[in-house]
Amino acid sequence: MSVFSAIICIAMVILALVAIESKRLLVSVIMLSAVGLLSVVLFVMMKAPDVAITEASVGAGLTTAIFLLSLRKLKRADAA
Amino acid sequence: MRRLIAAIISLLFFLMLITVLNTETEDKAGIPAYGDADLSSRVSERFVTKSVNGYDGEIVYGVTSDAETGSANLVTSIVVNYRSFDTLGEVTVLFISATGVGLLLGGGKKRIVEEIKVSPVARLASRIVTPLLLTLGIYVFIHGHLTPGGGFPGGAIIAAAFLLMMLTDEKRRAPSKLKILEGYMGLTYVLLGVAGLLISGSFLQNFLPSGTIGELLSGGLVPVVYSVIGLKVGAELSGILDDLACEGSDES
Repeated sequence: MSVFSAIICIAMVILALVAIESKRLLVSVIMLSAVGLLSVVLFVMMKAPDVAITEASVGAGLTTAIFLLSLRKLKRADAA
Repeated sequence: MRRLIAAIISLLFFLMLITVLNTETEDKAGIPAYGDADLSSRVSERFVTKSVNGYDGEIVYGVTSDAETGSANLVTSIVVNYRSFDTLGEVTVLFISATGVGLLLGGGKKRIVEEIKVSPVARLASRIVTPLLLTLGIYVFIHGHLTPGGGFPGGAIIAAAFLLMMLTDEKRRAPSKLKILEGYMGLTYVLLGVAGLLISGSFLQNFLPSGTIGELLSGGLVPVVYSVIGLKVGAELSGILDDLACEGSDES
């Protein structure tokens, strides 16, 4: 395991802990997306480009968008 | 008409069950008698040890033709050739979840209006980027048997292009024809499977010639099935995003 992947792994663990412990849901969603993006780098380094493309488009991209849209819907439901 | 189509489809499934139950020959692996099945000869070990088309030499990219699957990307040949039935199940799962989101949130008539105005620069840039994203998505799912990617990431990229359009235009809605496209693509996948059943004798069998490895028209049914899956997934995910971005009809 190279130094680069070790740094990525540690950053992923820290970001995941922040995502769990954060008080604001918005911060949690952004941190989850960052964990997904870092795992894309790991997948590419482990020579799994299929998984990397799927994770980048679905895990880091669309899931975040769906989470953010549903957060906005929840806030509107609270305000009404 | 609708009942007739349903009757034909059920009849074909009945035919499939009957034929599968009765075929246990050399080239068609059907359902054997109770207790006779040797699982290790059917699952992973068979595919690890078998040679491709009886050819034991080296497979050369761009030269070797008429191989068993013919797709340069190994993952794709597993996903939509050897395990195509599982992929049909995955597509069904995605369809059911999209239907659930539509049932819970659908019926929204108007878009949620944002307080923040989109700047003209971002709007113009999104008009340039959106066609490029759509082209990338279509490229990813058409070239699924040659390069990494395939139907599911390609569909997700198409949905991302729709998300970009939606973010920069307050009135943009998903076209209602997307639902029709989604339904017909699912039907096309099943019909391709039934065609394989009628031509080659087992459901979703790859009945087209596999061609030369590395060409666009190779891999037999793989590019066709992945184009169908890409269009279906793109339409479904765009529909989910549209459902989430619109206001429900009960809260006016």
